[in-house]
Amino acid sequence: MAGKSKRKIGRGVAIVGAGMSNFGMFPDKDSKDLFAEAFAEMLASVDKGFDPADIQAAWIGNFSNDFFVHQAHWGPIIADLTGIAPKAVTRTEGACASSTLALRDGLMAIASGMYDIVLAGGVEEMSKCTTEEVTEGLALATSPYEGEAGYTFPGVFGALATAYFHKYGAGREHLMNITIKSHENAPLNPKAQFKQTIRDLMEAKKARAAKKGEPVPDWADEKEALFDPSFNPPVAWPMHLYDCCPISDGASCVLLVAEELAKNYTDNPIYVVGFGQGSGRGLHACPSLTSFEANKQAAAEAYGMSGLKPKDVQFAEVHDCFSIAELIHVEDLGFFPEGEGYKAIAEGATRRDGRMPINTSGGLKCKGHPVGATGTAQMYEVWKQLRGEAGERQIKGKDLYIGATQNLGGTGGTCTFTIFERR
Amino acid sequence: MEERPFSDISYRKFLDEEKLMGSKCGKCGKIYVPPRHFCHECGSSQMEWQEIKGEGELAAYTCIYIGPAFMAKEGYGRKNPYCTGVVSLAEGLRVVARIEGVDASKPESIKIGMPMKATFLHRGEGEKARTFLAFEPA
Repeated sequence: MAGKSKRKIGRGVAIVGAGMSNFGMFPDKDSKDLFAEAFAEMLASVDKGFDPADIQAAWIGNFSNDFFVHQAHWGPIIADLTGIAPKAVTRTEGACASSTLALRDGLMAIASGMYDIVLAGGVEEMSKCTTEEVTEGLALATSPYEGEAGYTFPGVFGALATAYFHKYGAGREHLMNITIKSHENAPLNPKAQFKQTIRDLMEAKKARAAKKGEPVPDWADEKEALFDPSFNPPVAWPMHLYDCCPISDGASCVLLVAEELAKNYTDNPIYVVGFGQGSGRGLHACPSLTSFEANKQAAAEAYGMSGLKPKDVQFAEVHDCFSIAELIHVEDLGFFPEGEGYKAIAEGATRRDGRMPINTSGGLKCKGHPVGATGTAQMYEVWKQLRGEAGERQIKGKDLYIGATQNLGGTGGTCTFTIFERR
Repeated sequence: MEERPFSDISYRKFLDEEKLMGSKCGKCGKIYVPPRHFCHECGSSQMEWQEIKGEGELAAYTCIYIGPAFMAKEGYGRKNPYCTGVVSLAEGLRVVARIEGVDASKPESIKIGMPMKATFLHRGEGEKARTFLAFEPA
């Protein structure tokens, strides 16, 4: 049966280095500058040192720099930048899951025996476009029928949210718990685009109003502010500004080596033990409006490959492009029963000190979402957490050895799930 | 007998004629809209055209304040949102379509489960003429 395969990869693969640029809007940096930042940090992160000349091939995820900065064919550009040229660098594209597909190609290449040492990463440069242009650029990755019906990315997720609210009795106030939590984690991530809590943002707005001599809002708490359209305007109802990830520039990469070589580079490698990927058919044909079929396929494959179960995963980075997406993912991946995720989240289960920490990095919402860079940036966070190097945002009170990343492309057309182990 | 190929191009031409058409598997009877080349149930490629009644109920929706350029050209935007949704059809299928005849600036007045019927929006002129599928409250 599809998705139930216990098929293992033929040869173990480990991450021995990881890097990411700062995420944000950088008018003075282009994709090459950003990838150079990520690459330099990756090289410095290899505990026992690494000669970049030993990279045999690379895969680079990029969704749509063609649209955003009118430049395609990023493989050779990155090959030139990093010195990997004349060896092969190939671009992968799966919308916002592009760099996890780079990881997948690297994984298969090492597992097959074709290569021993490869780089997987991604880059995107979005902020040189207006919000309207980015919205249109991203909408290229909706299904064709969604696009012609006027859907945008936030629009598709807004529609899923109405279906979820209707089926399970949740509301906007439940999605706000996800936003508030992401904004609590992000100030502890020096690479994050937004480093303010919702409280910080409320105080800043009050101070601006006072300075201008305008009425100062007297919100009782974060949710009251988030219900106020002057603080949190609608984008694609019920998705409001603070349900949506920002427009970002950034790059990330991980260094993959064959298992038997890993200890040459570090005493603390992180092994890729499960991988799955699924495809979704779009709103007109998917089996459920409160779940992503591609997630379930990806999860079944990754759990099958690793022999692990949802309860074995201690923490995860999931693709919270919109608040409702995080809620659907934690149910699809089996961390919480369907229709129960919003209750667990309300009880704090996904906070850094909860039983299943989700998006300790601040998530796409606050860390930023340079779409092609996101997948390997999620892996960067898992690498940091599993090695105990996440600084102030380190998950405490748990001996971490299993973490996971879930990456979504388009409106659920591509979903991946990757499980990592520290031994 | 309708001889058009089971393609998106044919589907859109039918919309121009104010017909919502899907494909029906000649082997197992499963209906698809938009039409498909292959039946996902039984693998058959023996399709025939099937007119869809265009009756159903609202399954999901969103009211969009920042839309693509082609919607902005119709006058939609931050101050004039539009509604788009998912409709469950009487034939047991779902379609995505624009939702007309509702107040998109009052999203909470729009209810999942509302009975809907198909309507056809003709936009543009000459070579740029396109018909968009929409639904409105029945």
